[in-house]
Amino acid sequence: MKNALEIINLNKTYRNGFEALKNINLEIESGDFFAFLGPNGAGKSTVIGIISSLVTISSGTVKVLGEDITDNPDWAKKNIGIVPQEYNLNQFIPIEETMLNVGGYFGITREVAHSRTYELFNQLGIWEKKDLTPRELSGGMKRRLMIARALIHKPNILILDEPTAGVDTELRLTMWDFFQEINKKGVTIILTTHYLEEAERLCKNLAIIHKGEIIQNSSMTDIYNMKKNKTYLVKSSDRITSDIKLDSFNVNMLDEYTIEITCENRFNISDIINELNKKSISVLNIINKRNQLEELFMELTNTGVSNDS
Amino acid sequence: MTADHIVAFKTIIRKEFLRFARIWIQTILPSVITMFLYITIFGNFIGDKIGSIKEFSYIEYIIPGLIIIPIITNSYMNVVGSFYSGRFQKSTEELLVSPVPNWIILVGYVSGGVLRALIVGFAVYVVTIFFIDIPIHNIPFVLFITVLTAFLFSIAGFINAAYAKSFDDINIVPTFVLNPLTYLGGTFYSIESLPQIWQDVSLFNPIAYIVSVFRYGFLGLEETSIYVSLTIIIVFIIILFKIGLIMLEKGIGIKN
Ligand SMILES: Nc1ncnc2c1ncn2[C@@H]1O[C@H](COP(=O)(O)OP(=O)(O)OP(=O)(O)O)[C@@H](O)[C@H]1O
Ligand SMILES: [Mg+2]
Repeated sequence: MKNALEIINLNKTYRNGFEALKNINLEIESGDFFAFLGPNGAGKSTVIGIISSLVTISSGTVKVLGEDITDNPDWAKKNIGIVPQEYNLNQFIPIEETMLNVGGYFGITREVAHSRTYELFNQLGIWEKKDLTPRELSGGMKRRLMIARALIHKPNILILDEPTAGVDTELRLTMWDFFQEINKKGVTIILTTHYLEEAERLCKNLAIIHKGEIIQNSSMTDIYNMKKNKTYLVKSSDRITSDIKLDSFNVNMLDEYTIEITCENRFNISDIINELNKKSISVLNIINKRNQLEELFMELTNTGVSNDS
Repeated sequence: MTADHIVAFKTIIRKEFLRFARIWIQTILPSVITMFLYITIFGNFIGDKIGSIKEFSYIEYIIPGLIIIPIITNSYMNVVGSFYSGRFQKSTEELLVSPVPNWIILVGYVSGGVLRALIVGFAVYVVTIFFIDIPIHNIPFVLFITVLTAFLFSIAGFINAAYAKSFDDINIVPTFVLNPLTYLGGTFYSIESLPQIWQDVSLFNPIAYIVSVFRYGFLGLEETSIYVSLTIIIVFIIILFKIGLIMLEKGIGIKN
């Protein structure tokens, strides 16, 4: 099967001379649920802008389902649904009308667009709002509207640029289910997010972009094997009075009830608990200090907040 | 043009129509009121004192110009307002990410402007015939010139919108270019009555040609060569249309 997306030696320099992408290469298989990660200002939205033909290419090639988007832009446009990071809704038009308009741009008649809107709005829980304009919607509702809008033409690839930013926990869980549902039906999903736990939960493969360069591209499972060390936070039921030394573990007392333990990746939680029990510390609770993806992400992007982010 | 394109084209026109219809108090009504004022002032208060131009009373002579002015400004303002506000809200992205060819985007917006110009033109004409008995010499020709004129200024509005960086910028051309050209384009006087030098200067004013052919359509009074005027209008349309298309292709004002 053809790759959903293929990016070859892609460069982008904005009009003001800023070099946002430096020779990017990326392949995303059809059917994938792909996380496209990176710190603020890394170039994620720039890549997405290029794929959706809102940003011009400086040099390089982008192929959507095998077709070069410069040679055959209509093919790409028909196959892609975009949920942009920033609201780009017409503020004065009732939201159902917006769906019918966008359907119309794709050549979908109003009757067909109407029934798809009914279905999508219901799935996303905004059908009762159909006669309101975006000005009258909450942020989370506008996000859902943009998701519905991106799906009106039944694209094979859905690109989500931070779809869950500013969305409450409950709605986020609903959205996750919704995305997984359509991914199961065969839609390739490319997801940008700053919630790494979200990426970890949903995605099969990932790329990390940093300062316009791809610095990591692998499967999510590879990530778990990549880290040499991991760190746990341990809560003890009793006050810890003396300093603790453990073989093969690095221990750091945070307070009288909490210790931070760093160990090699090959150890697992029960090893730690056993060791602690030997020192007659009863473990109340033990958690990952950071999840694996977060650890890797921090390590790779080395994020102290830098000037250009 | 495929079936998809026809659906897309109809969608744009529908959206454009609903936009200016929804805000008709800003878009349709002002021209009607202005027309009413012009007729009251020039038709009753001072028109008689000016006397007649050629075989027409002063008000009859200026009526065609008074109708073409709102046609020019409304077509221009409709497209510049609509397209710039789409850029401002980024909702034009909806069009850019869909497979609508650039020429349909352009013709779609322009048709919206033409539609508003036709409605406003008709409305001000209706105001006119309440007060003055002024038969139209050649109705198809008047309609033809109306559509050509509205088409021309709609494209100009589109180009202005793509270059505008703020809402102020969309008023610059109407205030500093369109207004002077219309008022100096022989709407309120016959260009032939001007000193030679100003007659020569008027040759470079495209709006003077439009006013003059429109007046011909209304009154049957041929002041400049109709063929020359038509050619000038059509050449302007072709040039501006091409510029509009190139801007869309290059993404000026709409792509980064
Ligand atoms: N139109 C533009 N002109 C000039 N520079 C731009 C433009 N748009 C973006 N940039 C720059 O390109 C870089 C990448 O921006 P981009 O929006 O792609 O980042 P991002 O990874 O999406 O970040 P975030 O997570 O904050 O959304 C940034 O340094 C930004 O300042
Ligand atoms: Mg972004």
